[in-house]
Amino acid sequence: MTKLEFLIRLKDRLNGLPENEKEERVNFYAEIIDDKIEDGLLEEKAVEEVGKIDDIVAQILADYSIIQLATQKIKRNRRLKSSEIVLLSVGSIVWLPLLISAIAVAFSLYASVWAILVSLWAVFGSFVATSIASLPFGIVYFVLGNLPVGLFIISASSVLAGLSIFTFFACKYLTALALLVTKKVLTKIKSSLLKKECAQ
Amino acid sequence: MDIQLKKGILDVCVLASIKDQDSYGYKIIKDIKPYIEMSESTLYTILKRLELSNMLTVRTSEHDGRLRKYYSITKLGLKRIEDFINEWKEVMNIYNFVNKENNKND
Repeated sequence: MTKLEFLIRLKDRLNGLPENEKEERVNFYAEIIDDKIEDGLLEEKAVEEVGKIDDIVAQILADYSIIQLATQKIKRNRRLKSSEIVLLSVGSIVWLPLLISAIAVAFSLYASVWAILVSLWAVFGSFVATSIASLPFGIVYFVLGNLPVGLFIISASSVLAGLSIFTFFACKYLTALALLVTKKVLTKIKSSLLKKECAQ
Repeated sequence: MDIQLKKGILDVCVLASIKDQDSYGYKIIKDIKPYIEMSESTLYTILKRLELSNMLTVRTSEHDGRLRKYYSITKLGLKRIEDFINEWKEVMNIYNFVNKENNKND
């Protein structure tokens, strides 16, 4: 890839950023490539050393919050014709409630995932609590002579202890999974905000 | 290396590389390279962060018919280096202690 090709591609991928920041970042890479060439590297090699565009974009995504990227996107969309603005505002009776409900549905689905996780942790907590609380009763029954009841309670307590270990690992795994998926989805949203909108 | 730790160290490395004389992107990476690996994108983020926190200033100069950005350290940047040195003196003391205790049982 030549330097020019690289810079054009990079610029294209950074379309979601404010114009001056995009310019600044592209200039930064241009300067480094020039310096590498001046240092004796071939153009191809200099471009290659700067790294893959995907990696560069990933790093940039990490620098911005989702809110910054979204605000930027809204700002860009302001460059509308007046007729479009009229259409948009008249149409808002339709699309605004739809948009709000779509966001609400997405949010409630996400909240319910965490609600399930919280309830699973509550199950784990209750297993632990019952297991610990029932043990002394079992021992008391056992010592006072009511052997069958005592044995029953003690064994129930140990079964609960076993279950609590099992649920602990299950909960831990599921929580980590939910966090991972959240992170992935956020990155997806971010990169879609950064992309060039072909529709416009 | 721990990510947070590396982040702090890279900041100070960049500051140290412009302490004696103003420097530019490619040279900073080259100067630091023997000690710690840093990608161009990482350097951009660090330079931006240091500029926003007033630890360095940027000026654009012409070089060989093109523009190049030069970075110079500020008083705040010098203080950051000073703080780093003092913090790490403590860390080195702790390291020596841990290392000494660790070798006792060998």
